[in-house]
Amino acid sequence: MRLRRTRALQRERGRWWRRMGWAIALQGGAGDISPSLLPERRLAKEACLRHCLRLGVDALKSKKSPLDVVELVVRELENNPHFNAGRGSVLTSDGTVEMESCIMDGNTMKCGAVSGLTTVVNAISLARLVMERTHIYLAFDGAEAFAREHGVETLDASHFITPENIERLKQAKEANRVQIDYTQPMQKNEKDAATTDGDSRIGTVGCVAVDNDGNLAAATSTGGFVNKMVGRIGDTPIVGAGTYANSLCAVSATGKGEAIIRGTVARDVAAIMEFKGLSLEEAAACVVKERVPKGNVGLVAVSATGEVTMPFNTTGMYRACATEDGYSEIAIWPSTKD
Amino acid sequence: MGWAIALHGGAGNIPLSLPPERRLPREACLRHCLQLGVDALKSKKSPLDVVELVVRELENNPHFNAGRGSVLTNDGTVEMEACIMDGNTTKCGAVSGLTTVVNAISLARLVMERTPHIYLGFDGAEAFAREHGVETLDASHFITPENIERLKQAKEANRVQIDYTQPMQKNEKDAATTDGDSQIGTVGCVAVDNDGNLAAATSTGGLVNKMVGRIGDTPIIGAGTYANSLCAVSATGKGEAIIRGTVARDVAAIMEFKGLSLEEAAACVVKERVPKGKVGLVAVSATGEVTMPFNTTGMFRACATEDGYSEIAIWPSTKE
Repeated sequence: MRLRRTRALQRERGRWWRRMGWAIALQGGAGDISPSLLPERRLAKEACLRHCLRLGVDALKSKKSPLDVVELVVRELENNPHFNAGRGSVLTSDGTVEMESCIMDGNTMKCGAVSGLTTVVNAISLARLVMERTHIYLAFDGAEAFAREHGVETLDASHFITPENIERLKQAKEANRVQIDYTQPMQKNEKDAATTDGDSRIGTVGCVAVDNDGNLAAATSTGGFVNKMVGRIGDTPIVGAGTYANSLCAVSATGKGEAIIRGTVARDVAAIMEFKGLSLEEAAACVVKERVPKGNVGLVAVSATGEVTMPFNTTGMYRACATEDGYSEIAIWPSTKD
Repeated sequence: MGWAIALHGGAGNIPLSLPPERRLPREACLRHCLQLGVDALKSKKSPLDVVELVVRELENNPHFNAGRGSVLTNDGTVEMEACIMDGNTTKCGAVSGLTTVVNAISLARLVMERTPHIYLGFDGAEAFAREHGVETLDASHFITPENIERLKQAKEANRVQIDYTQPMQKNEKDAATTDGDSQIGTVGCVAVDNDGNLAAATSTGGLVNKMVGRIGDTPIIGAGTYANSLCAVSATGKGEAIIRGTVARDVAAIMEFKGLSLEEAAACVVKERVPKGKVGLVAVSATGEVTMPFNTTGMFRACATEDGYSEIAIWPSTKE
């Protein structure tokens, strides 16, 4: 795919020249992604990002609404066992899965969120159903009951549990601390490296999209923290923390949930754009570089005018984006222009 | 600079015809809680301690929709939620889906101080409470006859209520319906001390006839509850509107990013940025200002500042 630096060209032309056009960005988690990540793991994740980007771009080109686009992309990420959402979710301290997600429509600011799901195959679709049929946020038994009442696809809880995550939980318990997921089971020699670098910070999937008319949407989904307490809710379903969209931009954040909640990350990007008049890129950089602790947070965001930004203050962030003018990117670690 | 405190018992369509037997106990409770909070601030308790103790008192009072006196879900059960936030550190704690914990706000504080997490919900939250010996009582303790009646009426009306201050008489029912749902249903407190330390706390039973598992704005950081180094905010009203409007966060954000005062920022949010008839809030700033705006018919509220100002009110005061 082409990697023309059209974005850079636009910056040179000055902020007053804004292209309208569709744009999409997606993430598979930010964190302490080791540069020595094994190829078989890296390639599998990159392939999924590529595939999901293609799905999303095709959907935008065929005039699907951004709300539909972010939902279908996140469903695909949830279904992929390599990411911490849906199947492949990390496990609670009890060895169970508790999934959560959130979706938001920029125009109407309607939103839906769910937490504590154990059998629902696609949490993001349940979140959308909540948004469209009822309150904003349903959790645990009530959310599961709602899913069944509406014939939403569910599978036995064992479907979501992968051998890698059983291993991750075991290691986390041995290390006796909460992990924010690891990209791979730790080898003994890597363990020290990871510990000195702090906890890995991988553990969400998300997508943001805007169409030619400036309609925006954001969606995020996750299994949460490895070894989290049963009942722990993170930033993903918290509107304004892990997920947010209004008429200016759409944001999906990832990283350490507690830092994202305290920093009201997704809301702040939009607030800084609105109240300080900064561009999407400036606002997002401000939040990620200056307003949250280093090593904790990444995000993807698009604006109503078709801009994209994917800043992170962690070692890496699984990410991909594309814009109508042909720019696209799939990456894990900082690219040379960062 | 000086200490300041504000508390609320819910904003909504509080009818001017509220009978004295319902108005007076609530006013008395607000007065009592204000006094408790003021005394605590004067004796140099931290704002975090102050907001917790005031909200505990409001939770224990069956006239407000939190703790005992919480409204009921569509299953006739109680699911309580709460949130507390410390302005200096922006540490926070939140809980949802509690059925037996006597003081949700104290459990929220325990989550903040004793776990690596911020937010625990439902069975996990209840288990955590038991592990830490937090006071619990049988679920029936929290259910009051008034709320059983409210649920019955809501089911008859076949819609979700955000609490009513009183069981509706048949003739009032139409009036209330034309005015839309009552918007009362949270308790909260914000406080600041002489050194500008801020804290916010909110607690609620949620919406009458809500779906089991429904979470509202109260435990959502930035929606119903927020505190940082500039201000502390506790919001009340229609939870969905408060979440979408990120009400509590926006007050602080407008202060910070647009340089407005607490009063201006809060008024901007409540009057211009959320739908009318849905939202109220109490807020204090690091410099000891207080504001209590609402766009509903009324809001049970009280405040006091170190320079001697105090107010207890339900409907708009003449100066508004």
